[in-house]
Amino acid sequence: MPSQAREPIIRVERLTVGYGEMVLIKEASFEVGRGEIFVILGGSGCGKSTLMKSMIGLTPPLAGRVLIDGADITHAHGDERHGILRKFGVMYQLGALFGSMTLLENVRLPLEEYTDLPEAGIDLVARMKLKLVGLDAFTEHMPAELSGGMQKRAAIARAMALDPSILFLDEPSAGLDPITSSDLDQLILSLSRNLGMTFVVVTHELPSIFAIADRVIMLDKRAKGIIAEGDPEILRDTSENPLVRQFFNREPSTANA
Amino acid sequence: MRRVHRNDTMHATLTFQDLRPGERTITLRGRLDATSVAALWPQAHAAVEPARVVNIEASQIDYCDGAGLALLFDLRRSKPGAVHINGLRPEFNGLLEQFEPATFPAPSAKTLPARAGFVAEVGRSFARLAEDWKLQIAFLGEAGSALIFAARNPRSVRWKDALLIAERAGVDALPIVALISFLMGLIIAFQSAIPLRQYGGEIYVGDLVGLSMLRELGPLMTAILLAGRSGAAFAAELGTMKVNEEISALTTMGLDPVRFLVVTRVLAGLVVTPILTVFADMVGLIGGAVTMLTFEIPTRTYFTHVGGFANVSDFLSGLAKSVVFGLLIAGIGCLKGLQTRSGAAAVGDSTTRAVVAAIIMIVVVDGLFALIYYMLNL
Repeated sequence: MPSQAREPIIRVERLTVGYGEMVLIKEASFEVGRGEIFVILGGSGCGKSTLMKSMIGLTPPLAGRVLIDGADITHAHGDERHGILRKFGVMYQLGALFGSMTLLENVRLPLEEYTDLPEAGIDLVARMKLKLVGLDAFTEHMPAELSGGMQKRAAIARAMALDPSILFLDEPSAGLDPITSSDLDQLILSLSRNLGMTFVVVTHELPSIFAIADRVIMLDKRAKGIIAEGDPEILRDTSENPLVRQFFNREPSTANA
Repeated sequence: MRRVHRNDTMHATLTFQDLRPGERTITLRGRLDATSVAALWPQAHAAVEPARVVNIEASQIDYCDGAGLALLFDLRRSKPGAVHINGLRPEFNGLLEQFEPATFPAPSAKTLPARAGFVAEVGRSFARLAEDWKLQIAFLGEAGSALIFAARNPRSVRWKDALLIAERAGVDALPIVALISFLMGLIIAFQSAIPLRQYGGEIYVGDLVGLSMLRELGPLMTAILLAGRSGAAFAAELGTMKVNEEISALTTMGLDPVRFLVVTRVLAGLVVTPILTVFADMVGLIGGAVTMLTFEIPTRTYFTHVGGFANVSDFLSGLAKSVVFGLLIAGIGCLKGLQTRSGAAAVGDSTTRAVVAAIIMIVVVDGLFALIYYMLNL
C-alpha cells in the first residue's frame, strides 16, 4: 500500500482510554498518513468512539498522547490548543448541526468566528462548501427539515468550512439507507482525491469500509486494544485472527452458538 | 398418586405421576405462553420440589414461547442433573439448548449491592456536594472571565443572539409578569386595607404596598417567574444541545461554549430582569390603586402615600437585587444545561435542577441583601 510510505499526520502514542476504573483500550499506538482514509473499526462497545474523542481532545485519555501534525493535543491549552483544533474538522454521529440556525448559518459560523473575510466572501465560501456536498439548494433550510443523510452531509460541509487538513467522521453511515450511505462514501472519496484531505472514520459498516478505507485498525473489547491493522481486503482474506475473519465475513459470534 | 392442574382458558395443563418413590414424571400439555406459564409456574415448581428425579414429558407441548422456555429452563436449573426433559419438539429444544445454566445465575445467587453504612453514605453525599460546588465555582470563574472578555471585546459578543434571547426572556414575559404583579398589588392592598380600616387607617395602604412592592415583591416575584420561564428554557436548550453533541461540535471548532452560549444568555438576563422588575413595580402599584378605589380612596391620594413613604433608595435597592437575580437565573440555567448527561430524561432533570437551584439561590440572596441593606441603613 502507498499508505506505508506516507508521512504521518496523526501519531497516537501508547494511548489508554476509558472512564475512571474502566479501561477500554490499553496502550494503543498507531499512525495515520497524510491524505489517507483511515478507518477505526470494531464491534459495539469496544471503545472506538471514545478513542476518537480522545484523538480530537474532547475526552482526556487515561495515559499516552496524540500528536496532530506534530503538536500534542492531549496536553495543549489556550492558544496552542486552538491552533491544533484548527487543523481538523469533526462530523459527529448525529450531525450536531446547530438546530436554531439554517444550513448556511451553520457553515458560516466557523468562518465568521475565525476569519476576517468580508461578508460576501464568507457567504460565498459557505455556499461553495454546501455545493461540494450537494446541498446548494437547501441553504435556507433548518437542520430539522432535512433527512438524516442530508444532515450528515451538511455537517461535513461545516466541518470543512475552514479547510482543515483532517476530517474526523463518527459513524457517518449509521442510520442511513444503503444508497445514501454509498453516496456519502463517494463524497468522502472525492474529497480525499480532489482536496487531499486526511480522513479518520469510525464505523462498522462493512460495505463502507471496503469502499473507502486505505487502511484500517480493528479494536476488540476483550483484547482492549488493536487486534489487526492494514488493508481491509487483505485482512479479510489472510488474517490469522479468527475474530478479524469473523468480522469481515459477517459471521455470528461463537460465544453462545 | 395422580393430580391434574388445568387451566382451561389458557390451554395448558400439568399432570404428574410417581412411578417409584422419589421418581416423578411430569407431563406438560398444550400451549406454553406468557399467560399460561404464569399460572403453571408455582405448580410446576411445587411438583418438582419433593421428587429426587424428575422426567418432564414434553412431547405434547404444541407451542412454547420465551416464557415457556424460561419455565423449562428454571425447572432444570432447580435440580441440576436431576430434571430430564423428554420429547420436546426439536424447534423448541434448539431454542432451549442455547442457554447454558452457568450463564444464568440463580436469583438467590445474585448479590445485592452492599448497603453502605450511615457514615459512608453521609461521606458520599458530602463528596457529591463538594464536587457540585467545585463545578459551580469553576463555572463562575469561567463565566466571569468570559464576561470580562466580552466587556473588553464587545465585538466578540454575538449581539444578534443576545437580542433574540432578551426578546424571548423579556418582551414575551411581559403578560405573565403584568398579570402576577397586578394581582399581587391588588391582593396586598385588599388584605391590608380590611384590618387597617378598623382603625381608620386604610389611607396608609399606599405606604405598605409601595414599600413591599418596590423593595421585595417586585424583584422577587419577577425573579421567580423568570427562573421558571427563562432559567428552565436555558437549561433545556443547552441540555438538548449537549445531548445532540452540538456542545462537542462547538468545542472541537475551538469555540468556547461558555463564551458562545452562556455570555449571550447572561447578558440578556442582566438587562431584562431589572427592566421587568421596574415594569412589575409599576403594575403592582396600579393594582393597589385599583383596590383602593373600591375603598373610596382616590388614586392621587394613594400615590401620594406611595411616594411619601417609599423613596428612591427603596426603588434602587430593589433594582440592584434584580440585577443579581438576573445573573443567577441565567447563570444557573446555563450551568445546569451544560452539565446535562445523555438522554431525553437528563434534559428534564437539568431543567428541574435549574429551576429549583435558581429559586433557592434567589431566596438566599434576597436574605443576604436584606442583611446588607440593614447594616448599611438603607
